[in-house]
Amino acid sequence: MFDFLIHGFGVALTPLNLMLAFTGALLGTLFGALPGIGPINGIAILMPLAYSLGLPAESALILLAGIYTGAEYGGRISSILLNVPGDAGAVMTALDGNPLARKGLAGPALGLSAVSSFIGATISIIGLTLFAPLLASFAVNFGPAEYFALMIFAFSSLSVMMGKDPIKTLIGAVLGVMLATVGVDAGTGVMRFTGGLPELYDGIDFVVLVIGMFAISEILLMLEHLGSDSGRLAPIGRVLVKVKEVLFCKGAILRSSLFGFIIGVLPGTGASVASAVSYTTEKRISDREGTFGEGDMRGLAAPEAANNASAVGSFVPMLTLGIPGSGTTAILLGALMLYNIDPGPMLFSEQPRVVGGLIASLYIGNIMLLLLNLPLAGLFARVLTMPRWLLVPGIALLSFVGVYQLHSDLMAIFLMLAVGIMGYVLRKFGFSLAPIVLGFVLGGLMEQNLRRALAMSGGDYGVLFGSGLAIGLWCAALTVIVIPMVFSGWRRLKASAAR
Amino acid sequence: MTIRIRSALMALGASAAVSLSSLGAAPVQAAVELDKPECLAPAKPGGGYDLTCRLAATSLQQTGILKKPMAVNYMPGGIGAVAYNHVIGVRDDDPNLIVAASTGAALNLAEGKFGKYDGSEVRWLGAVATDYGAIVVREDAPWQSLDELMEDLKQNPGKVVFGAGGTVGSQDWMKAALTAKAADIDPRKLRYVAFEGGGESLAALLGNHIQVFTGDLSEIESQLKGGKVRVLAALSDERQGGAFADVPTAKEQGYDVEWPIWRGYYMGGKVSDEAYQTWLDKFTQLVKTDQFKQARQARGLFPFTKLGPEFDAYVKERIAHFNQLAKEMGLAK
Repeated sequence: MFDFLIHGFGVALTPLNLMLAFTGALLGTLFGALPGIGPINGIAILMPLAYSLGLPAESALILLAGIYTGAEYGGRISSILLNVPGDAGAVMTALDGNPLARKGLAGPALGLSAVSSFIGATISIIGLTLFAPLLASFAVNFGPAEYFALMIFAFSSLSVMMGKDPIKTLIGAVLGVMLATVGVDAGTGVMRFTGGLPELYDGIDFVVLVIGMFAISEILLMLEHLGSDSGRLAPIGRVLVKVKEVLFCKGAILRSSLFGFIIGVLPGTGASVASAVSYTTEKRISDREGTFGEGDMRGLAAPEAANNASAVGSFVPMLTLGIPGSGTTAILLGALMLYNIDPGPMLFSEQPRVVGGLIASLYIGNIMLLLLNLPLAGLFARVLTMPRWLLVPGIALLSFVGVYQLHSDLMAIFLMLAVGIMGYVLRKFGFSLAPIVLGFVLGGLMEQNLRRALAMSGGDYGVLFGSGLAIGLWCAALTVIVIPMVFSGWRRLKASAAR
Repeated sequence: MTIRIRSALMALGASAAVSLSSLGAAPVQAAVELDKPECLAPAKPGGGYDLTCRLAATSLQQTGILKKPMAVNYMPGGIGAVAYNHVIGVRDDDPNLIVAASTGAALNLAEGKFGKYDGSEVRWLGAVATDYGAIVVREDAPWQSLDELMEDLKQNPGKVVFGAGGTVGSQDWMKAALTAKAADIDPRKLRYVAFEGGGESLAALLGNHIQVFTGDLSEIESQLKGGKVRVLAALSDERQGGAFADVPTAKEQGYDVEWPIWRGYYMGGKVSDEAYQTWLDKFTQLVKTDQFKQARQARGLFPFTKLGPEFDAYVKERIAHFNQLAKEMGLAK
């Protein structure tokens, strides 16, 4: 049964393919760390190169898959150091990663997140190796009604983020949902809130929103403080992560890896949903002292394990069904077609060399990524010692170039600036940005899938509870909302009884 | 940013060179030197427009027809409207620039989704390949032919759920609507679910969340070979070969519906005749080469060649036709 994997290691361990896996890992980390350039654009940039170099199919795929998984590692770097997510999956990483860096723990934060990325990816690769065909049928059973229930579950998990200021969290999430309604309405083809601007027909681009919201507002905040402490260097502190710290997070890492993998397997959701669900779940389970959001190691480890697990998980529908599990795997499928390989249900049996080589290279690339990212942690952390007069224009440059190369259009830049100013004002009023971004991602998916489900049933709401999977998710959502209430009621009761 | 400025400067230089040469006594149309050829894909990487640009970029380079490698850039937004506006407004006379287009662009123009524009603002260069619409069901679906599906649909239009990757009014929806219309079923009574792209729609079909997927032949080829789906009809003028040899056309079954998704290019409206002719010559040369034919097939596309004025007339005729259709279906004024 595992012949393909043994053959695969034979393919992946040739010097050329090892070198390509390493190149992919390195470039991927870099693409991921640069805001704006995510895995999709990284692969789009390198695909023609791989093709024109005349690389065989499996080698090209090894290089491109290395970039994909590498980008999920890289995204955390700018999240932690600059509070600017490097890619879609790294938004949640900033929540606890950046406070850690501000405390002088940038090195250990980078190290710990590299280790949890590694564990998340490893668990996911093992899952891919063992259960891929089995999971394929699970993935297609997930229809609009199930996705809608999943989004309800994700939203109900958001309630844990209410924390200090529930009203502001709620306003933020609603704002995100509202932003997600801009653009063409898929169900009717009608334009909503576009003001006649064609740039808004497709809605607000996620990357533009994230860069504007985080990077631009961060720049504005830095500028504000430029006069007061421009000479002060941020502390680097120690550089290495301790084994004890990894062990402290083991529960968070393992649970999040599993969540990430399953959500990654679903074609309609990706790293951003995976990291959001696992962060909020972990906060609910472990955050007894209320340290999440202020630099809790577990709050950093959870989303990082999840987004890497999810990236690998998205290979499952691609390899077993020929259906992309994410935007990035859609491009990888296109790359396969160039080699006259039909990515489809027959891929495993017809192209064992390609599939085996790819899976084996995921194992190898993942180890390379860990070895690459651990020693580099100290180096990256030095970014924080850069004086602000250098750092601010640096981030600005990266943001502008990143958004411009995505859109080749000035309008996208203006939109980014507008969103950035909005983000700055909100932060001045004490709003947290994460609920806005989550509301945007989850709200868009929730609305689309609700509309789809109702279009299928002809308006009958019963369809939303039409399967065991959907009902299970509804129950999970209910539990998440009700249990804390019961608990706090119970505690209050006990307290009054003791009195 | 610097790249953009440099290319604009170069474009200026190139057009200056052209006007200089046209000042001189050169009655024969001089070929324009394409010093910085570029294909603009009006979408994100990975979609059909990306594929259209890459098809030209790789094969023009492989065959040596273009000396300089062609850059592929992306300008997503407004289902192509952002790029269309950009070309008209900023790069109207750039001799180096071609923009990927497809049946979808013509449809959007016809439905007024590109604002006030109607397709006469640009120079349509040519189409070099096509895909065809397909009516796809699961392999265990009760319908063996388009007739059987249409009969069921007539009995109860709300029973069968259609789905595909485009919104209502998009070409994926059009395929379903036109097929229904050919069977005298009111397209507005169809149950149609819009997904994000062909992959999600295919997953929904395999999971039996939708019963009919109005996709394209190229994207379901591997599923067909793997025995997961049945294609009730190809929306092409005649049967295609290879994996599709046994797939009947809708026409064969008595439904007059065709939906080719041609893959082509346009240029700015004010590019010189020399620049237009230079690109036209290159594509005329390209489509005859074996390398191009192989590249086209590798991307799952079928032969379809309309170049120059013939293509320009074709696109404008299609836009007028689609506009008529859209009005009938209540999608345009």
